[in-house]
Amino acid sequence: MRRIGLRRGAYVDSVTLMQVSRRVASLDRVTSALVAMATDLNVDLAAGMGFEVPDVSPNEMLVAIAADSDEALARAEAEVEAALTEASRPSAPGGFGSAPPPVTVRAAAARSGATAALISTPGQHAFVDAVDAVDAGLLTMVFSDNVPLEQEVALKEYADENDVLVMGPDCGTAVLGGVGLGFANVVRPGPVGIVAASGTGAQHLMSLLDGAGVGVSHCLGVGGRDLSEQVAGRSTMRALDLLAHDEQTEVVVVVSKPPAPAVAERVRARAARLGKPVVLALLGPGQPDLTETARTVAEATGSSWAAPEGWPGSVRHGRGGALRGLFAGGTLCEEAMIVAADRLGPVYSNIPLDPRWALDEDLALGDHHAMLDLGDDRFTRGRPHPMIDGSTRVDLARRLLEDPATSVLMLDVVLGHAAESDPAGELGATVRIATGLEIPVVVSVVGTRDDPQGLDQQIRVLRDAGAWVHRSNAEAARAAVALATGGTP
Amino acid sequence: MRLTAPESVVVAGASLLADPLRRQAVDVEEVQWQPPTGDPAALATVMADRRRAAANAHALEAMLGAEAQLVDVLPASEVLGLQPGEFLHAGPPIDWDRASGPLRGALIGASLFEGLAATPEEAERLLSGGDVSLAPCHSRGAVGPMAGVVSPSMWMFCLRDEANDASSYCSLNEGLGKVLRYGAYGDEVIDRLRWMTDVLGPLLQKAVRKQGTVDVKAIAGQMVQMGDEGHNRNRAGTLMFLREVLPALIDSGAPTRDVAEAARFVSGNDHFFLNLVMPACKLVTRAGAGIPGSSVVTVMSRNGTDFGIQVSGTGEEWFTAPANTPEGLFLGDYGPKDANPDIGDSAITETAGLGGLSMATAPAIVRFVGGSVPDALATTQRMYDITVGENPAFAIPVLEFRGAPTGVDVTAVVRSGVLPQINTGMAGRVAGTGQVGAGLVTPPMGCFTQALDALAAAVPS
Repeated sequence: MRRIGLRRGAYVDSVTLMQVSRRVASLDRVTSALVAMATDLNVDLAAGMGFEVPDVSPNEMLVAIAADSDEALARAEAEVEAALTEASRPSAPGGFGSAPPPVTVRAAAARSGATAALISTPGQHAFVDAVDAVDAGLLTMVFSDNVPLEQEVALKEYADENDVLVMGPDCGTAVLGGVGLGFANVVRPGPVGIVAASGTGAQHLMSLLDGAGVGVSHCLGVGGRDLSEQVAGRSTMRALDLLAHDEQTEVVVVVSKPPAPAVAERVRARAARLGKPVVLALLGPGQPDLTETARTVAEATGSSWAAPEGWPGSVRHGRGGALRGLFAGGTLCEEAMIVAADRLGPVYSNIPLDPRWALDEDLALGDHHAMLDLGDDRFTRGRPHPMIDGSTRVDLARRLLEDPATSVLMLDVVLGHAAESDPAGELGATVRIATGLEIPVVVSVVGTRDDPQGLDQQIRVLRDAGAWVHRSNAEAARAAVALATGGTP
Repeated sequence: MRLTAPESVVVAGASLLADPLRRQAVDVEEVQWQPPTGDPAALATVMADRRRAAANAHALEAMLGAEAQLVDVLPASEVLGLQPGEFLHAGPPIDWDRASGPLRGALIGASLFEGLAATPEEAERLLSGGDVSLAPCHSRGAVGPMAGVVSPSMWMFCLRDEANDASSYCSLNEGLGKVLRYGAYGDEVIDRLRWMTDVLGPLLQKAVRKQGTVDVKAIAGQMVQMGDEGHNRNRAGTLMFLREVLPALIDSGAPTRDVAEAARFVSGNDHFFLNLVMPACKLVTRAGAGIPGSSVVTVMSRNGTDFGIQVSGTGEEWFTAPANTPEGLFLGDYGPKDANPDIGDSAITETAGLGGLSMATAPAIVRFVGGSVPDALATTQRMYDITVGENPAFAIPVLEFRGAPTGVDVTAVVRSGVLPQINTGMAGRVAGTGQVGAGLVTPPMGCFTQALDALAAAVPS
């Protein structure tokens, strides 16, 4: 029994709607639910779920529900109503004569004393909103992904002319004087300024530094494509200049995949005359891992370094076999693959280190070692990012545990602002099942003591369930490798 | 730009990213975002136009700097060189075949008034025959309320903006009810037009010439503080204008009976000053016109069939779409089916920041147009979001003397879906009916998406 309805005149952002969809789909006797703006993508999704979609415009909202009975259908629709009501904020603080909420970034900037903007509108529209923020002279973070490359270049040229830093597009993490924007950890103030083309890479670095007692002045994201030939490191250069003039910053770190050669040359040249020590932390095979980088940076600030903590799990010995990893953080997945491939050979993935190790659409793993980046488009189409909602990962983990080839499971848990409130709790049951099957689970936990989820509490939950836990992702990967080769870390 | 912990952050997009900021005790200004209308590529091109921000700032500055002095009152034949058989009308260009009832009625009345026809039927034959010439008021720097029909014998207010060396013109207001501008053409309408031509026009000319000039912009600034928004309420403005010219009128040497009749006519017509606010607003928007790269709207106007806008960066090109029909309250037995689609150049007041954009300043008439006081306050505050600036000359007391929202930005309209709010009178659909009500209306979005495309095409590559 299925029904599709349309709601007009109400735009709700996709993350909120994905959460509404999930809440409705999880109701008893409801088989599937899609509550989404009627973009081409979502219309296709609904059609793929077996709904007949009428002619719609992207400004309308689809409510497509399949259920066992009329009663369940009605209950689901009432749930949609309730969830949407909860999601819609009162339009204004209220009261006679109060101003309605601003309708553009320009308007919002004009009526507030804002100094920064955080833009996460859909990728094909984000350019326009970001231009508003640049016009207003705001430090502009573009969280949105799928922004066309030529628009990224145009935006950064425009920002250069206006002397404004654009972080992103596809920038997930920033910290400005202790205030976290997007996915960010609660770090102590300190001398390290970070320029990052990788969100989870920056989060891991900040967390490791924080664990070593080293604080962060600012963490400026630049977007994964900034150091490409086309974008030419425009935001990286500007971020370096800003950190050069920032009084709090004593040591600068640039976290990125190896840049295009011409761009790397320019970054090196700029770094050389910055007047402050600059650590270039390049991510990739043959490069130091993030934990080594953290040590280099900590020592550059004159701090002592102690290896990040790690705790053994209840399954002490691996029986040997395939290593399987499920990651919320792309950079963490990649780092783990580099560690693993070095010892184990091919590690198959949706973001493979070597094109020959690419997984096809149906993710047939065979007996291979495999690690999946669940933040990749393939897994986030119509679903929230795994750092916001871990249900996709739990489902996949259960499947992997039923696969006799799986001998070790590696996971990451990323704490901080905007991440889900209890990721360890969501994984706990899965860890227990694995432990019961004598399959060791190794978890790298990225977070700080002051993160809202509570680092110690999250680690305790995972350890109580039987997991191996490491605060260093590279160390976690090494432990997983040792277990997969039938040894003990 | 310096790196500091932000105390306030603008958030557009996922609410999920706003909550963590609030929990960090950061003020969040959350945008009520929706996908833009129109061609996304055109919007991106216009937003990326390096000239846009400076051009809009320039347009605003020019609009704020415009002056508006009433310098003379003259027949259209003299001041505009209008010849017999030539008519001006409100809105974008249109011919008889597509003209709506009220425009046809006004043209019939003007033909009778000019003596080009003896009966309405004869006038219709003349007008449909194609031997007459129709042109928008805006094409001659003039503006006309409702049908806006101007014929050679009608007397015109002549306004000057010395700062920009520009002139603007508007006919004299006839009052409410059965009047030419609402499409009525009965004997009482023609008789009144004759009296205005024979007595009122020459009298006002004498008074203005004796007085020197009348600063219409200054009166408009005061009326905004006295509850007039300048489109549907002009009561304070009318009385202040009368106060300015009355001594010169009395002192003009004209027969006392004519002076008394003129004073009675002006003070008895709460909309008399509308025909002075409109050309003053035309001078304001004209000052901001023709600036390459500017996305500021410089004309909003309707002919009863089409709504047309002009935009600074695209000069005098019209962008038209079918006019909406206003919603509001009706006089007597009239109802929605009697209303004609939106008509008149009077939306020039909104284009300059008055009228519906300054609705907050006119709580006395919110019920008349079918609204409420909180609606009016919210409307004006929303209009700041789609305009490029504020006009301190039109300060709105209830909003802490904030200036009127000025300079509608095409990009803001297509992005937000928020259209400029227009207060308006409603003309009867059938020629000869006259006014049937008053209410609120918005331009069709199509005008703005077309303008966006033209702005994008005009961006140098």
